[in-house]
Amino acid sequence: MTVDIEPSLTAGRPFWHRDATLRGAVTFLVGTLVLAACGSATAGNSTAPSATPTPVCTGTVAPPNYTNGLTAVTGQAKTLSGAGSTFVAPMMSVWAAAYATDGGVQVAYQSVGSGAGVSQIQANTVNFGDSDAFMTDSDIAKAKGPIIQIPLVQAPVTVVYNLPGVPSGLKFDGSTLGKIFSGGITSWNDPAIAALNPGMNLPSLPIAVVHRSDSSGTTSIFTDFLTQTSPAWVTALGGSKTSVGKTVAWPVGIGGKGNEGVSAAVGQTQGGIAYLELDYAISQKLTYGDVKNKAGAFIQPCEQTAANATVGITTYPSDLRVDIVNQSTNPQAYPITGLTWALIYQNQTNAANAAALVNFFSWVLTKGQALTGSVYYTPLGPTLQALCIGQLKKITLNGSPIAS
Amino acid sequence: MPPPAGVSGSIPATRALPLPLKRGRPRVADRLFGSGVTVAGTLVLLVIGAMIIFLVLEGFPAMQHYGFFSFVTASRWAPSEAFPNVSHPNPYGILQFIYGTMLTSIIGMLIAVPLAVGAALVITDVAPQRVKGPLSALVDLLAAVPSVVYGFWGIFALIPAIKPVVDFLTTTLGTVPVIGVAFQGPFFGVSYFTAGLVLAIMVLPIIAAVCREVFRSTPRNEKEAALALGATRWEMLRIAVLPRARSGIVGAALLGLGRALGETIAVTMVIGNAVLHINPSIFSQGATMSSVIANEFTEATEPFHLSALFVVGFWLLIVALIVNILARLIVRRGVAL
Repeated sequence: MTVDIEPSLTAGRPFWHRDATLRGAVTFLVGTLVLAACGSATAGNSTAPSATPTPVCTGTVAPPNYTNGLTAVTGQAKTLSGAGSTFVAPMMSVWAAAYATDGGVQVAYQSVGSGAGVSQIQANTVNFGDSDAFMTDSDIAKAKGPIIQIPLVQAPVTVVYNLPGVPSGLKFDGSTLGKIFSGGITSWNDPAIAALNPGMNLPSLPIAVVHRSDSSGTTSIFTDFLTQTSPAWVTALGGSKTSVGKTVAWPVGIGGKGNEGVSAAVGQTQGGIAYLELDYAISQKLTYGDVKNKAGAFIQPCEQTAANATVGITTYPSDLRVDIVNQSTNPQAYPITGLTWALIYQNQTNAANAAALVNFFSWVLTKGQALTGSVYYTPLGPTLQALCIGQLKKITLNGSPIAS
Repeated sequence: MPPPAGVSGSIPATRALPLPLKRGRPRVADRLFGSGVTVAGTLVLLVIGAMIIFLVLEGFPAMQHYGFFSFVTASRWAPSEAFPNVSHPNPYGILQFIYGTMLTSIIGMLIAVPLAVGAALVITDVAPQRVKGPLSALVDLLAAVPSVVYGFWGIFALIPAIKPVVDFLTTTLGTVPVIGVAFQGPFFGVSYFTAGLVLAIMVLPIIAAVCREVFRSTPRNEKEAALALGATRWEMLRIAVLPRARSGIVGAALLGLGRALGETIAVTMVIGNAVLHINPSIFSQGATMSSVIANEFTEATEPFHLSALFVVGFWLLIVALIVNILARLIVRRGVAL
């Protein structure tokens, strides 16, 4: 090793001359500050589209006034933990904030995706799970006991796109969307899209599909719609058994984690198209399109049109595992509307947790339904809401029912 | 000492025989030190062995169901197509992840090695004395930046910066007959290439640090001899420094490769997470072994899904171990300290 003769040159000099690492760090910091000062003048431009969606759905939905809540159970725990769907996360955080003052219980919800929510409730690591795809019999078999699934709220899954100069309201139908998301249509000025949007000046950008990389109930709702309306999608995915679900084998596209990751990815990629819950699209100021429903009309997603998605459905299965995607023939219904289910063990063993759960969900199904408008979610209709309260009554504590 | 030859008899020994080394009575401290060091060494080996065994055990259900080698011969990862009673074809093919890992690492190496060798040469032989220290420290500081910060920087700064360049490349290189397939667009920002670039910056300090030591160990008189014979600085470096350092550079590159192979979070953020099959173009989305584990392990609920992720981890560990062992062997043999 060569002898370092530097020390003799720096003898008698200030300490920052002697220590090379310190000099390096100081140079680095000063340099960075100078560059940042220069660079801030030419700050990076985001690729978010310029148009802000203007609601065609005028007016607001009158918040429902449900009074059929259960009597409060005493002795509740002070905290509740939940995990699951990112689809419901904005609504859940509004509920948790309001319930902290209204009910005195802190609800901690992890927005990790429906699949993770299901596995966490199967392992009983959280008090409740949440999924936009209801648990199948085989899912319930893997849990530690029977599970009650209660729909909490309805919301539309929007088709967002990032096209400079194109405002909200681009029209799509199921078969076109199926071809886009399976890689059949690769350019924005494809004749199929232009045929649905006569007069619209579509750029010749390549389509960048963005989908979920994690197990997602939003994916389940969206692929359910594609399976029902697009034979091309079903063929590309190898049959209707594998073309729908929380996870599918996406032939093309960029994967983002959670609704949050997808909205970030599509916001930054010009020519991007993705499926997102409505609140994310609005809060990220993304443009979204109108989708053709069963009655043949192109409908904008909003509170009212999502509410219409359950108009006409009069009977529900007793365990409330119902598929409402593209079912309504109402001409004003938005077809890609989904429910989200709370997943709770029917046989609770901890009195405090059971009381807190029953009180919280009773509140969510009554007073909580009036708060949905602030984040663009849709409250449950009266038929469904009454059935949900009935489900809540089935929760037992060590064998005997807890609620009344 | 034996009595002088020719003299017999009774001359007494004037000098005592040398005492034997204290072999029979080792001191307690020596014993403790010996066994402590041995324990530490075996513990390290045990940990690696235990990790491999753990991965094999957890991955065993999937390996048993689909067959050990079917994972590396299939290149389609589709967990939604896994059913408990179907064992062929294997829906958990990992060939495209091995491809993604190797491709991003190779791109990273191709960019980082020349830059690192250049930086090391500048630091040891070209820069003025006062600048050597800070320059060297600055390169080392690159290694101190957390990997998630590299991911952020990659998404928000690097991608917009390289987009015009890559768009140009896709329109020119992408049209060349045979190799054009590897350069085709469209480029959406996240891709193998972007991940390779980010990896290049991350492994640069490692390679530069090792190369710096290798170049510094060149005998000074050889450099001075070359200069005395009239060589320019570049010729001197080429004649006296680089040939001797060849194996050291290779070892440094392999060390960097070992780091690049295992890098998770920065790659996951910029690679696009397209797990289905191999995408031939370097400007398209993909996935690496570590990125698919990071993305999918929290909700691996399909049949054999979690087990298959352990198999991915197993192969990743094997590849990383081989590369690291190779690197250490070469560096130890080549660098003269």
